[in-house]
Amino acid sequence: MDLGPHAGFIVAAYAVALAIVAGLIAWIVIDHRAQRRILEDLERAGVTRRSAAAREEIP
Amino acid sequence: MRLSELANPSRFNALAERVLPWLVVATVLAFVLGLYQALFVAPDDYQQGATVKIMFIHVPSAWLGMLGWALMSVSALGTLVWRHPLADVAMKTAAPIGAGFTLICLVTGALWGRPTWGTYWVWDARLTSVLVLFLMYLGVIALWRTVEDPSRAARAAAVLTLVGAINLPIIKFSVDWWNTLHQPASVLRLGGSTIYPTILMPLLIMAVAFTLLFVTLHLSAMRNEILRRRVRTLRLMRAAAANP
Repeated sequence: MDLGPHAGFIVAAYAVALAIVAGLIAWIVIDHRAQRRILEDLERAGVTRRSAAAREEIP
Repeated sequence: MRLSELANPSRFNALAERVLPWLVVATVLAFVLGLYQALFVAPDDYQQGATVKIMFIHVPSAWLGMLGWALMSVSALGTLVWRHPLADVAMKTAAPIGAGFTLICLVTGALWGRPTWGTYWVWDARLTSVLVLFLMYLGVIALWRTVEDPSRAARAAAVLTLVGAINLPIIKFSVDWWNTLHQPASVLRLGGSTIYPTILMPLLIMAVAFTLLFVTLHLSAMRNEILRRRVRTLRLMRAAAANP
């Protein structure tokens, strides 16, 4: 693959695109883990939604 | 499953959990095929040389930047007219993703412009209207963060989104309405594409890959937002129980 005399511009464009997409993916993955952890902590502390509590009461 | 059943956030999350692994696989496969075609198969342009390879990321990201705002506009209608429970979740989570794709479009466009036009930036109608789109994305994100109550924030963001939708036809037709350094439409135009098939095919595959990426990121972000609202509800319940 010969990128010619403007290889720097082409490589920089792909690198920037990759960095922005990686940033979006990292934001979503980190946020998902954080929300899951907080939710689990709350539920472990006995804070549950009424619908969830009602489901648990049904034998 | 009926479409109306997806209005239930728990059902939506359950469906997202099932669909997301397949979407991730499809996105990766589409990018492998698209990047192989773009970098190793597509020929250089007779005028621009190898810099045409920037087009394979610039054009799809431009489309997705605009599609993101269009999606937010439809969701805004869902929020204001039908008060659909997932509409404002979809609207809120599309904003950072749309902003990301618009930023890719702006930066890759500048890096493509320097070797082909001799400049990174000109204040022509196409470039300026896309910059306005990016700034509007930032404005909507800031608005969501400013108003604490999600339903109040959703109504304000929906109005701003619908007003901002006026910019979409301006972006699309700016190259026809004004004299611009940016070239006119060459793919989505009456009379068909003016791009040679050996370059058009990799571009379309990359467009599919970018679209799959957008859908995957958006579904994942919506799932996170539903969890965040559940956390908020539980915290309010705990606070109410502590102060009866």
